[in-house]
Amino acid sequence: MADLLRVENLAKRFGGIIATDDLTLDIVDGELHAIIGPNGAGKTTLIAQLSGQYWPDSGRIYFAGNDITAVPMYARSALGLARTFQITSLFLDLSVLDNVALAVQAHAGHSFHFWRDARREPELRDPARAALARVGLEGRASLPASALSHGEHRQLELAMALASRPRMLLLDEPMAGLGPEESTRMVAMLRELKKELTILLVEHDMEAVFALADRITVLVYGRVIASGTPDDIRNNAQVRDAYLGEQEASRG
Amino acid sequence: MTRALDLRTVVGIALLVALILLPIYVEATGSRFLLTLFTRIVILAIAAVSLNLILGYGGMMSFGHAAYLGIGGYAVGILSFEGVSSGFVQWPVALVVSALFALVIGALSLRTRGVYFIMITLAFAQMTYYIVAGLARYGGDDGLTLQKRSQFVAPVNLSNKIQFYYICLALLCASLYLVWRIVNSRFGLAVQGARSNDTRMRAIGFPTYRYKLICFVIAGTLCGLAGALIANHTDFVSPAMMYWTRSGDLIIMVVLGGMGSLFGPLFGTVALLVLEEALSGITEYWQIILGPLLLLIVLFARGGIDGLLGKVRHG
Amino acid sequence: MTLFIEQCMNGLQFGLLLFMLAAGLTLVFGIMDLVNLAHGSLYMIGAYFAATFAAWTGSFVLGALLALVATLLVGMAVEVIAMRRLYGRDHLDHVLATFGLILFFDELVRLIWGAGGMSLPLPSWLNSPVRILPGVDYSAYKLSIIVVSLAVAAFLYVLVMRTRIGMLIRAGASNREMIGALGVNIKLLFTLVFGLGAALAGLAGLMQAPILTVQIGMGENILILAFVITVIGGIGSIRGAFIAAILVGLIDTLGRAYFTDLLRLFFAKETAATAAPALSSMLIYLLMATVLVIRPEGLFPASSK
Repeated sequence: MADLLRVENLAKRFGGIIATDDLTLDIVDGELHAIIGPNGAGKTTLIAQLSGQYWPDSGRIYFAGNDITAVPMYARSALGLARTFQITSLFLDLSVLDNVALAVQAHAGHSFHFWRDARREPELRDPARAALARVGLEGRASLPASALSHGEHRQLELAMALASRPRMLLLDEPMAGLGPEESTRMVAMLRELKKELTILLVEHDMEAVFALADRITVLVYGRVIASGTPDDIRNNAQVRDAYLGEQEASRG
Repeated sequence: MTRALDLRTVVGIALLVALILLPIYVEATGSRFLLTLFTRIVILAIAAVSLNLILGYGGMMSFGHAAYLGIGGYAVGILSFEGVSSGFVQWPVALVVSALFALVIGALSLRTRGVYFIMITLAFAQMTYYIVAGLARYGGDDGLTLQKRSQFVAPVNLSNKIQFYYICLALLCASLYLVWRIVNSRFGLAVQGARSNDTRMRAIGFPTYRYKLICFVIAGTLCGLAGALIANHTDFVSPAMMYWTRSGDLIIMVVLGGMGSLFGPLFGTVALLVLEEALSGITEYWQIILGPLLLLIVLFARGGIDGLLGKVRHG
Repeated sequence: MTLFIEQCMNGLQFGLLLFMLAAGLTLVFGIMDLVNLAHGSLYMIGAYFAATFAAWTGSFVLGALLALVATLLVGMAVEVIAMRRLYGRDHLDHVLATFGLILFFDELVRLIWGAGGMSLPLPSWLNSPVRILPGVDYSAYKLSIIVVSLAVAAFLYVLVMRTRIGMLIRAGASNREMIGALGVNIKLLFTLVFGLGAALAGLAGLMQAPILTVQIGMGENILILAFVITVIGGIGSIRGAFIAAILVGLIDTLGRAYFTDLLRLFFAKETAATAAPALSSMLIYLLMATVLVIRPEGLFPASSK
């Protein structure tokens, strides 16, 4: 199977802090690949570089065979790469439907239309409603995004990523702050999405990770210390000591 | 999210109707100064509408917007001085020059954010102020008097105060309608999205810079029109029109009325200028009240008049 | 040549004056993240206080000292009454609120002192030229401005680099949340910093009073320059403000003096004469625009971002 996303020797520092350290990674087309690691391991920085929010200091990023290292953030979405944010990043003063409709609008032709009421365009509103239905938010469409609960915000994040009909999703801790019921629902949804999309999942929730992932990569201080199937990772002594051991211990 | 006939829209339309009927009242009571005052209000409302587009809807805190009043005004003034008094030439020139300035200033300023954006727009406005103040041929610091107003074809006569008032009012209504259509269009939503969360907009695929820049140019052009009107109203232009504190006055009008709302700039301009007129009748030191009032609005009534009207409905 | 030296001295003196104004601005901006448009009003009040107290006491120095104390007190009062409520808010809120303060202070000054402005005569013992170099005389008063400003700069250096308060200031400029976590009395620190900024502004205002102006609106004129310097030097950086201020002072003074001549090398006399005053005023803004393009954080940014 071909690699959809290939990262070669990616490196990034912020002043004295090494966020990404000679990182090489392959994501196979159609898989759900999880990235785990302790806090400060550079997981969000990695996603930021993959989506174009930060420029790496060195290294290359290839998507569907094309070198996208220098492609600006706003253009990566058009290539089929969509991202969610760890800390909810929505248009809080717009309605839920407006939020998703904007994600649709970004790829539904140009936006140099100055006259026609965009809120009445079926080519924007219909796919937006469909994406909301996908994540279970269709009943909340006309509310301001600020009125939603935290769990619903995470769902909205996902809906916006889906609205651009991507080939690959970069999900940054989609389960952050979710209760047990909401987590189960999110896992079920991701399991559905797995069938049609390639997913790079950054997560702390180990149950979800081991339930969903085809392959797992472990990051510590910006470096890959292990990469393989869930069983490989579970049995990897280094990983256990560095990370999973702490997780087990904290669950007592 | 809001349906057509809430209190804010009702008051806004009522205000426009009152403005339409004003000259009748003026004729009946003979209070000519009211016509002069409200012509000025209407013209500055157009400027406030243009600033609201970039500030209220676009989130771009420009502290140099008054520069376009000056540019539009001086376009008319300079052409008039050089013997070109046809409005058919003056006004398009005013619009084009304002657009060009906005394009250059916007292209450079929009590369910055936050307080740097405020500072650089302020600095550019001061630069235009100094350029104009240095033009000795056109009066420099003392300004330039217009020998006659912009000439169009009969029966249009800008020297007729009532006619001029209605022309300005018509242009205000047209501006409000234009802004209304723009902010609800794809372009407008893109600009509002950029205000709400610029990073997210770029993440979902919008090159926000170009939308903000075009919005900036539209606003500058519209303000240039207001400048051309003001030049005709006062028959005079001077660099003081674009001193940075005038930009502050425009911002006050927009914030007082309610940023990012359709009728907000109209509410704000009317409220501010009527308040100014009323207070200066009581004391010549009325700005002592205005200053702290502004502070209080910032602290307690950020949504301005429009926000307060909105609250009345929802309780 | 003597003229050139004199213009350089003028540029230095102007720059140092601007430094004192900008230092307060950048401190407040860097530590409290507060955009204070009313900083120019404190500059104006310093000048007015000095003119008044000097007239009452008959002594320039006594008047100046009283004015300094008075401006410090006004500054701290403004901080407690108004500024405190603005911390943590949007910069737009700061701009609007402090713009309101400008209007208030301008009117207050007009109410108390009238619209006509005031004058502060040069103290007679400083009203004579001093020979600074063979063949070069310079105003003793302007020289004293340079001396006082450098002393203030040195004091600020010692304060910021060598005292505990200075350490808090530097820490606060680069990471505001941390100083709160250190258990420092933030409210008091902020009030003192704001007061210091006010005193510096007042000092600048009163020092320029005998040679420039004491009138309403003088704050608005010079505020832009102070902001430009803050942006060029880097927000929160006193060192940056110092260098940027000298740079701006020299460029502005020398620019105005020699730009006409420079232009005349390339253009006809009338063009040069018309364009020069406008263009030389623009030089500083062109400098700022250039700096913003090349190094958007300024020359010596204090923040670790």
